[in-house]
Amino acid sequence: MTKNGRLSRWLADSQSPLDSAEIRALTEHAGDRSEQSTEAFDAREATRERKQRETVELERQLNRRVHEWSFTSGFRLLRRLYRVLAALTCGGIVFFLLLTVNALPPFGAAENPYNNEVSRRYIEDGLRETGSVNMVTGMILDYRAFDTFGESTVLFTGACAVLLLLKLNDCADGKPTKAWLEAEYDDRHHEPKNDQILQTAARALTPVVLLFGLYVVLNGHLSPGGGFSGGAIMGAGLVLYLNAFGFQNTERFFGYNTFRWTIFLALMTYAGLKSYSFYTGANHLESGVSLGVPGAIFSSGFILPLNICVGLIVMCTMYGFYTLFRKGGL
Amino acid sequence: MNPVMIIALLFLLICAVATSLTRNLLTSVVIFMAYSMLMSIVWILLESPDLAITEAAVGAGVTGVLFFITLKKIHAIQGDEEDDKKR
Repeated sequence: MTKNGRLSRWLADSQSPLDSAEIRALTEHAGDRSEQSTEAFDAREATRERKQRETVELERQLNRRVHEWSFTSGFRLLRRLYRVLAALTCGGIVFFLLLTVNALPPFGAAENPYNNEVSRRYIEDGLRETGSVNMVTGMILDYRAFDTFGESTVLFTGACAVLLLLKLNDCADGKPTKAWLEAEYDDRHHEPKNDQILQTAARALTPVVLLFGLYVVLNGHLSPGGGFSGGAIMGAGLVLYLNAFGFQNTERFFGYNTFRWTIFLALMTYAGLKSYSFYTGANHLESGVSLGVPGAIFSSGFILPLNICVGLIVMCTMYGFYTLFRKGGL
Repeated sequence: MNPVMIIALLFLLICAVATSLTRNLLTSVVIFMAYSMLMSIVWILLESPDLAITEAAVGAGVTGVLFFITLKKIHAIQGDEEDDKKR
């Protein structure tokens, strides 16, 4: 790059030689003009001013006419057009969706396409092959574990995107930025209004909600539920606690680093465990993990740790979304 | 069809229409949460409790809270501005 390149000039914040030459020419010309006779100068100025005034008047009239049109007949016309188009679009979409619904096979009929050998295999051999009493969990965390891994990655990516978009940089050079300080002040002073009703309700509800979420996660292979729903319940419990008692209390056990490491380790554990079982399964090796007695809490192989991993990811994502939306930080 | 199911589906329809027709955004979000709650009841009646739990937690819980906080950020909750003026 040359020394007089645009970028280097822009970086050094200096003017280009061309600019300075132009400025000099302009100022010199103006200097010349001031030396001319005053009468001619005044006359020229007067005509120029009159012309300018005429142009402005013309423009104002035109503007007023357009303005009036857009506020009276034009506005009404556009509004009517908008309504007709909106109704037509909605009607068209509803019509085509109903057409598709009409073409669907009846609900629950025996000859429907989803009553095929795949679901028969799940129903008949699911318990023996996965060891999970809850067939849905056995399906999504054993037969279709790769799909669930993709879903967890989607959540992780979503959390990363929200973090990139909404997180305020707190310490660029060891000093908090102005935006961060403002958000912090706003949150600490206006957000927790120390609502007595909310705090009393939260004191009673939060342990129950968190415990129920934990139960749903840990019993995912025995009863309805699993990592996703349990994680959402735990995230909702954390949000409730945060709303009632503010950031000072949640920061003690759930800060940015906790969020980062929990979500990373959970995803990596999931990937590691599933890689192992895919490797052994694809090579027809003994996995060495016993499925245990169906119905016991420590049974069905990897499903329990996988449920815990998914639950942690979902909980962190929900809580992270909330805090990032609220003040741009954890 | 089960009469409870018919009532739930009817209210589901009412909630769906009311969500889009309400002018107040806060009311709209609350009706949307009611919609999710009814939807989770419908999931239970369709014998899929896994989906019902997820729908109740995500639809009625977390989505509503995220909507509330967005409305607060864009100052769409009425009464908020009056509070600000008093300060």
